[in-house]
Amino acid sequence: MLEFEQAGYLVTAIFFIAGMMRLKTPARARSGNLLSAAGMAIAVLVTVVAHPHLPWLATLVVVAIGGAVGFLVAKRVKMTAMPQMVALFNAMGGGAASLVSLGSLLHANVTVVGQSVAALFTIIVGAISFSGSLIAFFKLQEWLSGRPITYPLQKWVNGGVLVILAAVVVGLMASPHNAGLATVLILLALLEGIMVVLPIGGADMPVVISLLNAFTGLAAAATGFLLDNNVLIIAGALVGASGTILTQLMSRAMNRSITNILFGAFGKTVHSGVVGTVDDGVVTHATVEDVAMLLAYSRKVIVVPGYGLAVARAQQEVRQLLEKLSQRNVDVRFAIHPVAGRMPGHMNVLLAEANVPYDKLFEMDSINPEFKDTDVTLVIGANDVTNPAAKNQPNSPLYGMPVLNVDQSRKIIVLKRGMSPGFAGIDNPLYTNSKTSMLFGDARDSLNELVRAVEEM
Amino acid sequence: MHFNWTTEFYIFVLAVFVGFQLISKVPSVLHTPLMSATNAIHGIILVGALSLLASGHTEADFWIGLLAVFLATLNVVGGFVVTDRILGMFQKKPSGKE
Repeated sequence: MLEFEQAGYLVTAIFFIAGMMRLKTPARARSGNLLSAAGMAIAVLVTVVAHPHLPWLATLVVVAIGGAVGFLVAKRVKMTAMPQMVALFNAMGGGAASLVSLGSLLHANVTVVGQSVAALFTIIVGAISFSGSLIAFFKLQEWLSGRPITYPLQKWVNGGVLVILAAVVVGLMASPHNAGLATVLILLALLEGIMVVLPIGGADMPVVISLLNAFTGLAAAATGFLLDNNVLIIAGALVGASGTILTQLMSRAMNRSITNILFGAFGKTVHSGVVGTVDDGVVTHATVEDVAMLLAYSRKVIVVPGYGLAVARAQQEVRQLLEKLSQRNVDVRFAIHPVAGRMPGHMNVLLAEANVPYDKLFEMDSINPEFKDTDVTLVIGANDVTNPAAKNQPNSPLYGMPVLNVDQSRKIIVLKRGMSPGFAGIDNPLYTNSKTSMLFGDARDSLNELVRAVEEM
Repeated sequence: MHFNWTTEFYIFVLAVFVGFQLISKVPSVLHTPLMSATNAIHGIILVGALSLLASGHTEADFWIGLLAVFLATLNVVGGFVVTDRILGMFQKKPSGKE
């Protein structure tokens, strides 16, 4: 590798790290992303200059098309569709890594055993990331059912594919230039990616996306080992670390191990023994006027938004309510559970898009102690993350999951379509709590009426 | 080309530590843009794709390289643009003044 190439890559690595350092504060984060983008531009420029034998015309055409498509899609995508967008771009990266390693493996220049290992690792992990991310994309886009797709002996089939995969790997270690065998390897890895993600339900997608993100990062790092390219190693390691941390955070927030999420086919097995508790308790209904009165004369209000809020497209209405109440000097805060959206931090983005200031958004650990001196908690489209059974009913499937202490506030208002249980099909004793009143109806309509009612007060 | 395992492992391990340090300082408010930013960063595979395309000998190499460049470009451009959009939203108002 040429010296100026190395130097350029070093600058890129520095830019990436400096860019990520700026993600510490929302106000400076944008400049951090620009810094990373500049680093990327330097790396590409250096690579192009160092490789004068590049087929120019074909490269330019492909880069122009890929760039234009990427740009347009990224400009147009709705913020609610962010998870599938990330999944899609992740698939692209994984696919590219897999192909680069395939190409290098088939080349004569892979002579060291370590390089074969790196190449095979990337081919497999990149391909799994590609097909797995695409399935996640289809599920989130609802082109495929978001429910877990299962069939008998599923684990055995998945395991069987893995065994064949291992056999092919051994074969390729012996003869690395066997194109036919390499193709079989890629196809098997693609199949495995599809089959692992198919049985995972839509609500578990935050974990899946984080994990596949880590996979693609590791694939990029392994490609760095293969090509002796340090910037690939550094960038890949950074992404791998980030994906790993987010995966851990998400699975901890769901109170489930990664193995359970990947292989448990959630939703199939969970049918709790607490079904029926809702019917035993008394549900209190509230009117819009009651709730508006209560909110307008409160000192401190916490809003708990869930994914149902985004489904009802009621983010703007929530912001209006926030403004109306702030004018009346009510202290309004938002309590964001880590898995409130379809990817880590998703709910924050959806509220930021609606111009809710980010200093009103609080994460679970910092707001949980505040519920006990809160006058009213307004739960909008959230269910399982407010379920007190997670704290005090050891027989509940949610038991042990970190939840928001909504039940500690003086009064609780739940905006909900009907009495149907949450995604996991688990009843929520919060609804029959004597402090709780339910305001039934579409979240957006209810919020609109609330805004009007507060205004008239 | 000289294949230097140990040095590269040093770099990898140190970068992982740096990554853990950096990421654990990112507030959860920014986890979505964090993910989409790192998503764009693994588009660095574009560098690998370009060098593969440049050093290919056979027609198969050419097509594999070209497809890799296409996918990686999508990853890079889409990833950075969408992250910029998200972070633009967090830049708007530092505090809720009416």
